[in-house]
Amino acid sequence: MKKYFLGIDLGSTTSKAIIIDENDNIIGRGITNTRANYTVATEIARLEATYNARFTLLKMKLQDEIESRPDYKRYIRDVESVFQYLQFKRRLDRLSVEFRDTISTTFSGEKRDAISGYVDGIVSRIGPSVLDEFLTGQLGSKNQFFRDIVSERYNKEIAGLGKDFFEPMMLVYDKSITKVENELTEYDFRELVDHSMALLNDKYAGLGESSSEESGLAFDSELNLLKGNYKRIYDSLKGHIGFVAGLDIHITDMVGTGYGRALLPFPEKSIRSEILCHAFGAHAVFPDTRTVLDIGGQDTKAIQVDSHGLVTSFYMNDRCAAGCGRYLGYIADEFNISLNELGPLAIEATKEVNICSTCTVFAAAEIRELLNVGQKRSDILAGLHRAIVMRAMSLLARSGGVRNEFTFTGGVARNQAVLKYVSDLVLQNYGKDIKINVHSDSIFMGALGGAMFARRNVIN
Amino acid sequence: MSKDVAKERSMIIQKEMIANHFMALSTAKETGKKVVYTFVPGNISELILSFDMLPVYPEINALQSGMRKKSGDYIRDAEQHGHSEDVCTYVKCDVGMMINGNIGPTGEKIPNPDLLLLSYTGCFTFLKWFETLERLYPGVPVALLHTPYQEAHKITPEMTAYMVKQLKEEVIPKMEQVSGNKYDEEKLKAALRNSSKVEQHIINIFDTTKHRPSPIDAYFAGVYYIGPINSGFRGTPQAVDYYAELYKEILERIDNKLGPITPEGVMEEERFRLVVEGPPNWTHFREFWKLFYDMGAVIVASSYTKVGGVYDMGFRVNPDKPLESLAEYCMNCYTNLNLQQRVDLLSKCITDYHADGFLVNSIKSCNSFSAGQLMIMQQLERKLEIPIGFIESDLVDPRYFSYSNIKNRLESFFQMLEQRKMIINRA
Repeated sequence: MKKYFLGIDLGSTTSKAIIIDENDNIIGRGITNTRANYTVATEIARLEATYNARFTLLKMKLQDEIESRPDYKRYIRDVESVFQYLQFKRRLDRLSVEFRDTISTTFSGEKRDAISGYVDGIVSRIGPSVLDEFLTGQLGSKNQFFRDIVSERYNKEIAGLGKDFFEPMMLVYDKSITKVENELTEYDFRELVDHSMALLNDKYAGLGESSSEESGLAFDSELNLLKGNYKRIYDSLKGHIGFVAGLDIHITDMVGTGYGRALLPFPEKSIRSEILCHAFGAHAVFPDTRTVLDIGGQDTKAIQVDSHGLVTSFYMNDRCAAGCGRYLGYIADEFNISLNELGPLAIEATKEVNICSTCTVFAAAEIRELLNVGQKRSDILAGLHRAIVMRAMSLLARSGGVRNEFTFTGGVARNQAVLKYVSDLVLQNYGKDIKINVHSDSIFMGALGGAMFARRNVIN
Repeated sequence: MSKDVAKERSMIIQKEMIANHFMALSTAKETGKKVVYTFVPGNISELILSFDMLPVYPEINALQSGMRKKSGDYIRDAEQHGHSEDVCTYVKCDVGMMINGNIGPTGEKIPNPDLLLLSYTGCFTFLKWFETLERLYPGVPVALLHTPYQEAHKITPEMTAYMVKQLKEEVIPKMEQVSGNKYDEEKLKAALRNSSKVEQHIINIFDTTKHRPSPIDAYFAGVYYIGPINSGFRGTPQAVDYYAELYKEILERIDNKLGPITPEGVMEEERFRLVVEGPPNWTHFREFWKLFYDMGAVIVASSYTKVGGVYDMGFRVNPDKPLESLAEYCMNCYTNLNLQQRVDLLSKCITDYHADGFLVNSIKSCNSFSAGQLMIMQQLERKLEIPIGFIESDLVDPRYFSYSNIKNRLESFFQMLEQRKMIINRA
């Protein structure tokens, strides 16, 4: 039987799971922002990583077909997207029930009916539009959380409602979302994949008769091929999918890390500090790494490693979490936009407004001041992003500076504006020859390091 | 905390010594003894005692208040008195204690000062501290002994002459005036002979950490070991006896291959040997210590135990040159060394005592220690390729001790050391 290893990173803001095989290859990723408790968080992340692993194993199994046939590749990609959508849809249905509950216990009479009407309308519109984004926009690969996806759309829908309804609608949302987020929903992989393929086949069948807009699928050459072939692909895939669905993904050992690690029911050898895990993960992905900067939800770590990936020194922010992921979350709230919109907006800036406050709370006051004097949102955001990076730079300096190569990890590394300033300032301060690494799995580095420690536990 | 804390014989002796000292202080009015407030770094207690006066060390009182969980309230009162959040918490704790009746650690009142002897000026806060005391005790005479910093890595004859001149012209006359006694050089020499013996004992004691397992913890227990010499007993025969007894006990521990004593008994397994830079946190001293001994970490040397004076580099007081000795002793205290000297001293400790790691406890209140620590860390890492750890806390302000932050960083640090050991052992 093949051996797999699990790394769990229970961070301050999100919990991550990574499954690797015996060669340290990542085969499954899972992430959740649930704040329920660390046990639920671990389970949600682990289950997601297991589903993801099945798809990875499927793709590895069918590597030849995928490489030689674009329609085959496309079909699998679409199955995975619809699979993710169906998970989303189940939660949305749960949320819808929760909405109704909240409305009936909070409001009465005409107001209740009106609010119910609005909410039902919103839910019915969110479903299809999100399916479309899963299929065409690869929403599933963006590691967006249920809350982010729904709230972005919900907020847009209620923006025009006027103040009589805006507040109650926000209340309904805030009261309902947390429950759904904190719930552990287990899916039957096989059932969900079958459902996904059935949905997809209907879509493909409809391609001939309708325009691509109605089908929710952008029309392109791969689809053109699929139009005639999907039945044959489906028939040949069915068996393979059945095989991976039935696979026992046996976790031989696991290691937990992150702030919640002490709460995991793991033996002592299976609990590692996140400093070691982040460094180990980053070093595994980029073996020439000597300095790691990790910006997470509530802390920033500057870590120096040697050629083996062993930590030689580290430095973390103390007493103040300004400059971390939560700072960005707070700022997004202040601007009433989603976290994902922050970076792109900041990149559009024509200048950087100077932000003086080193404190998250004061920064919010400063933002209002700056908006009042007519500064542009994007320019303020650019200044804020720069301020965060300046804090990280000071931490790096204190940890011993930047040595070649430099690897940037953590959830915040996905923010393009932060990345831009980190790159600019590292090159400016430590020389143009520094190679800067950022991986698309940057948020998973701690969990990856954990999984790699788990594999070594077994070897040793 | 458990009630039956393990204690060494010397600890009991020490407790009696300190109790007697505070008793003498509380009855100073009746016995007519004069009281001199002074500081620990470079404390010239021999001179004070040669005039038959009693020393009081405000820092010791502050740290005692911290350990007895009183500093939080004292600091709050001092802040209400106008001292800002950024002022050294030793000062605020001391001021708070005075506002509240100046009750010392043994529950007895500490008498007002008859003289303020500012014997170490390397810490700018000390100057301000005594200015505050001067306001709190109007009319009290102040003797200022300016201590030149070892800027050029050494003490020059001019620096010594400059300090001797101050002793002769400023300090001794004020002491004669306050005590009503004449300066008695023979008495001072006799005290210095005791100091010289004590200094040698201290060196021997802290040198025992060369053994494996180390018989003592040179930081958490070390701060108790330096208690007598830094709280009124420099130059006394009691100090000679105490340190002789302590050394004897430690030698017995070595013979029995015993590790250091912790509040929960003898440390069973020595897993990590560390050199620590910076003062400890006093408000959560036990919790702080526990984080180390639970992990099998023993401190084999610490800079803080050299805060009163540094004897590692060969310095001893010379009874034949009493005033010159006092001057050089003052200039030789740890925080009066320049940064390069501190790096050299720490790197000697790391090498001599075979440390696995170097840890800095950076103290918010203390510029004398904290300034330059990052540079020290980087130099040591580069020079010795030793793993470095960094934590932050404060002396006596309980608001600045974050247990979870410190635990989190220490866990990472210890795992880092363990990983390194595994690799080294494999190679």
